Amino acid sequence: MLKQRQRMDYFAQQVINGIVLGSIYGLIAIGYTMVYGIVGMINFAHGDIFMIGGFIALISFLVLVSFGLTAVPVILLIVLLVSMAITALYGWTVERIAYRPLRHSFRLAPMLSAIGMSFVLSNYSQVAQGARVKPVPPIITGGYTLLDSNGFVVRLSNVQIVVVITTIVLLAIFTWLVSRTRLGRDMRACEQDQTMAALLGVDVDRTISMTFVIGAALAAVAGMMYLLYYGLVDFFMGFVAGIKAFTAAVLGGIGSLPGAMLGGLLIGLIETLWSAYFSVEYKDVAAFSILIVVLIFLPTGLLGRPEVEKV
Amino acid sequence: MSGDSILSVDHLTMRFGGIVAVNDLSFSATRRQITALIGPNGAGKTTVFNCITGFYKPTSGSLRLTHDSGAEFRLERLNDFRISKQARVARTFQNIRLFPGMTALENLMVAQHNALMLASGLTFLGLIGAPSWRAAEKRAIDLAKFWLDRIGLLDRADDAAGNLPYGDQRRLEIARAMCTEPALLCLDEPAAGLNARESAGLSELLLAIRDGQGASILLIEHDMSVVMEISDRVVVMDYGVRIAEGTPKEVRDDPKVIAAYLGVEDEEVAAVEQELGL
Amino acid sequence: MTTIPTLASRAPGVAFIIKKALISAFVALVLFSLMIGVRTEAGPTGQLIYWTRFGDLAAMVAIVFGGSIVVELLRQWWGPAGTVRVVPPQIQSALATAGRLVAPLLLIFALLVPVIFYNQRYILDLGILVLTYVMLGWGLNVVVGLAGLLDLGYVAFYAVGAYSYALLATNFDLSFWVCLPLAGVLAAFWGVLLGFPVLRLRGDYLAIVTLAFGEIIRLVIINWQSLTGGPNGISGIPRPTMFGIPLTPGPGGLAAKLGIEFSPTHRIVFLFYLILALALLTNWVTIRLRRLPIGRAWEALREDEVACRALGINITTTKLTAFATGAMFGGFAGAFFATRQGFISPESFTFQESALVLAIVVLGGMGSQLGVALAALTMIGGFELFRGLDQYRMLVFGVAMVLLMIWRPRGLIGHRAPTVFLRHAQTISSDLVKEGHG
Repeated sequence: MLKQRQRMDYFAQQVINGIVLGSIYGLIAIGYTMVYGIVGMINFAHGDIFMIGGFIALISFLVLVSFGLTAVPVILLIVLLVSMAITALYGWTVERIAYRPLRHSFRLAPMLSAIGMSFVLSNYSQVAQGARVKPVPPIITGGYTLLDSNGFVVRLSNVQIVVVITTIVLLAIFTWLVSRTRLGRDMRACEQDQTMAALLGVDVDRTISMTFVIGAALAAVAGMMYLLYYGLVDFFMGFVAGIKAFTAAVLGGIGSLPGAMLGGLLIGLIETLWSAYFSVEYKDVAAFSILIVVLIFLPTGLLGRPEVEKV
Repeated sequence: MSGDSILSVDHLTMRFGGIVAVNDLSFSATRRQITALIGPNGAGKTTVFNCITGFYKPTSGSLRLTHDSGAEFRLERLNDFRISKQARVARTFQNIRLFPGMTALENLMVAQHNALMLASGLTFLGLIGAPSWRAAEKRAIDLAKFWLDRIGLLDRADDAAGNLPYGDQRRLEIARAMCTEPALLCLDEPAAGLNARESAGLSELLLAIRDGQGASILLIEHDMSVVMEISDRVVVMDYGVRIAEGTPKEVRDDPKVIAAYLGVEDEEVAAVEQELGL
Repeated sequence: MTTIPTLASRAPGVAFIIKKALISAFVALVLFSLMIGVRTEAGPTGQLIYWTRFGDLAAMVAIVFGGSIVVELLRQWWGPAGTVRVVPPQIQSALATAGRLVAPLLLIFALLVPVIFYNQRYILDLGILVLTYVMLGWGLNVVVGLAGLLDLGYVAFYAVGAYSYALLATNFDLSFWVCLPLAGVLAAFWGVLLGFPVLRLRGDYLAIVTLAFGEIIRLVIINWQSLTGGPNGISGIPRPTMFGIPLTPGPGGLAAKLGIEFSPTHRIVFLFYLILALALLTNWVTIRLRRLPIGRAWEALREDEVACRALGINITTTKLTAFATGAMFGGFAGAFFATRQGFISPESFTFQESALVLAIVVLGGMGSQLGVALAALTMIGGFELFRGLDQYRMLVFGVAMVLLMIWRPRGLIGHRAPTVFLRHAQTISSDLVKEGHG
């Protein structure tokens, strides 16, 4: 009886942790799914944009704190806006330099260019900031004890609340953006038929750029959340997180925005539960295996639309 | 043996979700003859083709192919490449599907892949350059040369297929299909985009294939001059069903066919008949 | 006589160039403001410290400003990317003749390298490294260049070959010459295993799944300590012997048998010729396979998979043989790598290696043997110039990949040679050749 209770507590804690991690993955996954939907390419550099977002958040924190600011909510808000803005510019620049010239080239070119850009971004961070991991002291502390009995404590920390709430708010803003604004309509038009959209007066170049910009901004938020939650950034975190977020996008159904978030939550839960109950060392293997399994058996994902091959 | 059917389509139905593209279609293609499948756009002709050649799996119905030897194949049960390899059904495509980065000769060599693979001992004999392999390769090149000559491209054998003019590409695709030595040749709009002279050349080629090679031909076509000139039998489709079948002349005068092409309501068919003096 | 200004002849004004440069510089300023302007580091007591580098920031912005002007001027002079330049026929034929000589000359040079540079250990080592990548490039060329299957996880087969050899040699005491084919067979087996699940995947999806496979192999190697030694790798891998005669000093060694004085250079020279032989074997097999139905089927698969199916070609076995063959060569290269180093660890088998080999294949002009060799020479040689500056090296590599895709996505060798011809082998321009979708 004792043991079972503890198992329930343990499980509940893992679920909480999984949802938080999943929110971060979901924010990154949205960038992948939007870009794939509109230009049909996997943006290999997106994971590194997430990493850059984390770095920018880190440095902004340092600078603000050194200016003497102490009010945590104010700092958080400024850091959020600054890192979103600057990382969005990174996303815009990457698209302009490495992808736009290749839009009508053959299929391999944007993908290889993206891989190259991924190397550029991760090594640029290394060169600029040094190769060592950068730790930060916890910025948001404290939390709530949900359950405390039989020796195991289930805690919901303030950081976790901040992450989930930020994610929900941003998701709401973003959904409104896609369904209610002109830009959102343009994006959906370009997804269906770029040529036709252009003929109807949609500025395709600008729409595609904005897609990358929004994706990058959300990835920046994910980076900042990651920094708050784990307390560190390193230049290599983009690669693994990128593949996992892409897995999330595929699992949810590539091209579907609620799917990206759903996929993110699922991947976050699976990863956390796997590490807790099976093995920590192989958690990345679990995530990558999910990618392979989904692409082979369920390529349209959970919420995606099936495609029929035309001969 | 001429006169019996090589391909027997029975109650073929193809459904895509809610759309019924082909509805309980039955017809047969006669051995060593040219059968044309015609009908307005959207009638379901290419869908039928894709079912026969294994690109779609029919929702229901049967497609029975019988060789001269008597061997029978149920095409709806075969995997796509086996339809070509075992049942010996070859096809061409509406939007030409050549191998553009390979020469005309190479295109025809690829068509003989299965025979050559066997002759090369699954590659191993080929690797060591065995004489039996060399002989087989020479035979394959000779067959390719024969067909290149037939379609008048012998002096362009070493040109990239993607560089050939449109009419030549169409003929090359037919030659490539013939290099698989098929029992049934399925042609999807072979005259599309050809001018009058090229169409006449195509008709000549197809007649020569029917008479010389003894191949059976099933073709989809919109160009009525080609259809009328070379077909032995014509099957007319509209909205996924067969509306007429017979010799070219019978079909041409069939009021239902006229109505389908002109877009006339069913009730007006009688009026059209009267108008035409039928 | 009036001249109507055409798009080409109208030169954008100085104002336009300056404006563009200013915008670029401003963007650079924002991008670099925090990443370069501020430098963070973990301090002595574990807390995070930082200092400012405004000088560096200003310098970078200035470079971007100047660079933008230069690029704009170059663009005007050169024309937009993709302008067709007409080469006069005499130069064309001269280039063609020169082109035919490059391959034999390179081969002769490669054979003579140990003779010319006998005492320069550094050059010999570099030569061995280049040849290893040439072999890897030729192996991946079968999968990506010929069959058009996008493989981003090629390093997995390299690793399987290396670890198979290491484990077989250290545990069962088998000689190199026995382990080499076994390593190849095991790698080919993994190639088939990898190929099966991905048969229906296309393009980007195929790429990322192969990438995931490569990463899984690496993670399994790191974590399966009891088998692979984990992060510590496997050491004490025996060096190759000349058919059983070791290359050691002392009476049993090859030097003694041949009656010459022993020198450590012997082993390096032996390794050089060994990898050269393996690479040439890869090359010979690939060239022969291209002329056989299987190779032609690979190329046809790349050109148009649907047409292949309609011609009765079994797509499944065609793809699997491509994966298996490419994997086998990767396995051979891995076995050689293990025996040359004497020690292997998971660090040598990262995604970066896969990307590097893929870049070599694409730079070379997919499908071209000579192109791949030249590309390997260029890239690995170029890498050597950056020895010691690891991060700058990868940074430049990334930039090079982006520039390569923008400027010359079909690679150095812009054409494909047909495998059979009646009269005259005319090369086919890359514009016609499909790149394949997997």
